[in-house]
Amino acid sequence: MTSADSALPDPSPPTAPSATGKRTGARTGARTGSTVGVHGITKRFGAVQALSGVTLDFPAGQVTALMGENGAGKSTLLKILTGDHQPTEGHLLLDGAPLTLGSPADARAAGIRIIPQEPEIIPHVSVAENVYAGSLPHKAGRRLDRAELRRRINADLDRLGFGRVLDPDLLGSELTPAQRQLVEIMRALTGAAKAIAFDEPTSSLSEHEVDALFALIRRLRDQGIAVIYVSHRMQEIFQLADRVAVLRDGTVAGVLDAANTSETEIVRLMVGRDLSTMFTRADRTAAAADARVVLDVRNVTTDAVRDISLQVRAGEVVGLAGLVGAGRSELALALAGDLPIRSGTVRLDGKRLRSGRPGEVIKAGLGLAPEERKAQALFLHRTIRDNTSLVVLERLRRWRFVRRSAERALAQEFADRLRVRTPSIEQEVRKLSGGNQQKVVLARWLARKPKVLILDEPTRGIDVGAKAEIYQIIADLAKEGVALLVISSELPEVLGLADRIVVMQSGRITGELSREEASEEAILSLAMADDLVTSAPAPVLGETA
Amino acid sequence: MSTATTEPGTSAKNQSRVPARRAGSLLSAVGGQNLSLIGGLAVVMALFGSLNANYLSWSNMQVIGEAVTITGLLAVVQTVVIICGGLDISVGSQAGLASVVSAMAFTSAGSNALLGMGAAIGVGALVGVFNGLIIVYGRVNPTIATLAGLAAYKGVAQLVSNGRAQGYVLNDSVFVFLGRGKIAGLPVMIWILVLVALAVHLLLKYTDIGRNIYAIGGNDTAARLAGININKYLVAAYALTGTVAAIAGILLTARTGSGQPTSGSEGLELKAITAAALGGCALKGGKGGIGGTLLAVALLGALENGLTVQGINDFWQNVAQGALLVAAVVIQQRRNGERAVGLPA
Repeated sequence: MTSADSALPDPSPPTAPSATGKRTGARTGARTGSTVGVHGITKRFGAVQALSGVTLDFPAGQVTALMGENGAGKSTLLKILTGDHQPTEGHLLLDGAPLTLGSPADARAAGIRIIPQEPEIIPHVSVAENVYAGSLPHKAGRRLDRAELRRRINADLDRLGFGRVLDPDLLGSELTPAQRQLVEIMRALTGAAKAIAFDEPTSSLSEHEVDALFALIRRLRDQGIAVIYVSHRMQEIFQLADRVAVLRDGTVAGVLDAANTSETEIVRLMVGRDLSTMFTRADRTAAAADARVVLDVRNVTTDAVRDISLQVRAGEVVGLAGLVGAGRSELALALAGDLPIRSGTVRLDGKRLRSGRPGEVIKAGLGLAPEERKAQALFLHRTIRDNTSLVVLERLRRWRFVRRSAERALAQEFADRLRVRTPSIEQEVRKLSGGNQQKVVLARWLARKPKVLILDEPTRGIDVGAKAEIYQIIADLAKEGVALLVISSELPEVLGLADRIVVMQSGRITGELSREEASEEAILSLAMADDLVTSAPAPVLGETA
Repeated sequence: MSTATTEPGTSAKNQSRVPARRAGSLLSAVGGQNLSLIGGLAVVMALFGSLNANYLSWSNMQVIGEAVTITGLLAVVQTVVIICGGLDISVGSQAGLASVVSAMAFTSAGSNALLGMGAAIGVGALVGVFNGLIIVYGRVNPTIATLAGLAAYKGVAQLVSNGRAQGYVLNDSVFVFLGRGKIAGLPVMIWILVLVALAVHLLLKYTDIGRNIYAIGGNDTAARLAGININKYLVAAYALTGTVAAIAGILLTARTGSGQPTSGSEGLELKAITAAALGGCALKGGKGGIGGTLLAVALLGALENGLTVQGINDFWQNVAQGALLVAAVVIQQRRNGERAVGLPA
């Protein structure tokens, strides 16, 4: 608890790393670098407040881990640091002096770099051209200087020690996920970098690649670069970080000294509440066990998942857990009729569903609230009314004309029932907050009265209050006898909601846990079952049955 | 908390809200875009009216109306295609082909006007379905597919007609009625535009089909996941376009007296797309309406007629059209808050 003093945001502009330099005196080289910071940063997107009054510093020669739940504001903060977004209020600091970044190019010029979670690789050009894209060496007349390009790439590969793992002549499309990441790192390290942010860099790396990455990060740190490290993996944080900055709901929940803190303390700051109080689940398990099977999936194989069998009973909530990329969303889309099923059967109340026909699947009684609600579910420029009524229009029409009064009554009924906070159902959906947008997606399906509802990351990017409401809606639906399949990457959520948890990894089901057996550890060990053995897996995508 | 409306009060409350909502929806139905179009139209009419007293006369208004009918028809269906997230730059060539077909079928069927028109509409619908199939199942970008159609359908029209005007239809009362007749003081051509526009407006605005069209253009993934058969809708939208382009072609024949492979229909795609964009259609799809498009058609027609009355070189009209199209889209993108980042959509 000694670090609690530094847990509050420091109102004065960050200066020398005095407060945080107490760890060891070993890295004196750090003093030569620059400290990057943010001061009083607030960022609003329409009605959504992503960040409010965030003040943090990222000192040179230290690794600062940036932690927080999904939607806590980490990505927004990174985007502000790299000039992608401009803050609504507040400013950035470089060595104590205010810094304005109008664009990613400005951030680059100022020495701030980011390694994005999904590397941006140009597929049809070589590694060398990918690394120096935008500043390729050229001779007079802007002819590409291939000799200089080769000299540069070889020099940089040697300097960074990537020579053995990255062939500069490979094309972007031929690279493994790990190699793609190396290309991004090389891009970041050309020119004078002062601060580098890593956004969940290990999610697609194998274990020995992770070791190599960590060695590289430590070297960067020792060269006096300020490293910002975003990750959900607690273990990595303790291996790598000097300081841990925790964001919660867009504010700084605390800054901890990594040497003097614990996982429990970090989690407490991240969550800031006792999660178990958010779930109001009646003990349904006993009742559900002998209810009829509504959704019956047998040996389903698609381009992304293999041999999936699972059942969901009426009134049952089945959690589908796994790491990002395990194929859960792809399975959901296949069940909804959007992605082709190569083999196996899906039955709904005994009726076999044909693959590739979302309309028929909906008619049979299955609804999907997809992972990306803005991209996959909502019509942002249309009203709440329009968005709600879309899948029930055929019940609302006379001849082919939609009965306005019936439509309005229906949209109002569900907006009230789900407590959508809006002045009117004629409001455009883009003006709503994430939580209310998600409620509109749910309203659409509830209006259809589905037998099976698949919810893919139903609370992603939603504030705590709305989360609790959505948990309540899920519990109510189960009580009404709807069969629910809930995909979530937030383990406390899966544990709190589900009667039964199915865990997937790399496109397969690796286990099923009853409510009694389930724990974060049990889920994770199934989710990462052989993650440590396979090396840099291009998920199963390449493999078509 | 404030949303907690009590059950019994709800219906009464809704009823009392209705008149207020009517007034509000009337205002929002006109919309900012349309208000500026009405303003633009007023400026254009005041300007040319002050330069030439005859400009604002009833007979000149009818001249403008007749002149814009063919463009107007194409703009109305262009609006549907654009709302679906597509584009059809072959509408002019389709109209030219239909014009030739109507006159030639009329002649070879022994001066049977209905057969001539039926053949033209059949060909138009087929061409439209073909466009749709190429786009949907050939996975060809609509701009490219219909650019190919622009050339190809014009070529077909020239081939069957040897590149010359075909037939003579003004000995037939039906064609004369279409081209020169009046109902209740208004030219028949304008009535046809009004009827087609009204039908498409009702379709878009009040039917579930219309809702689905807006949904497809607004977010095709979400539309698909909501169970809408996008492929069917797209093919139907292009088929509708071909059909209405054929009607435009028949009117062209009736107007000029013979089937015209190119003259009279070349460049109509530019006018139609300009009108749709000026009328508030988002070229990304999902947004727009017939009201705005018709106002833009009227604005373009008033401008063209005014420039002609003033004796300004035709070439300037092309410049003005191109400039208007770009200006309309630039303004639209600014309003959407588009930043100059990435490739323009």
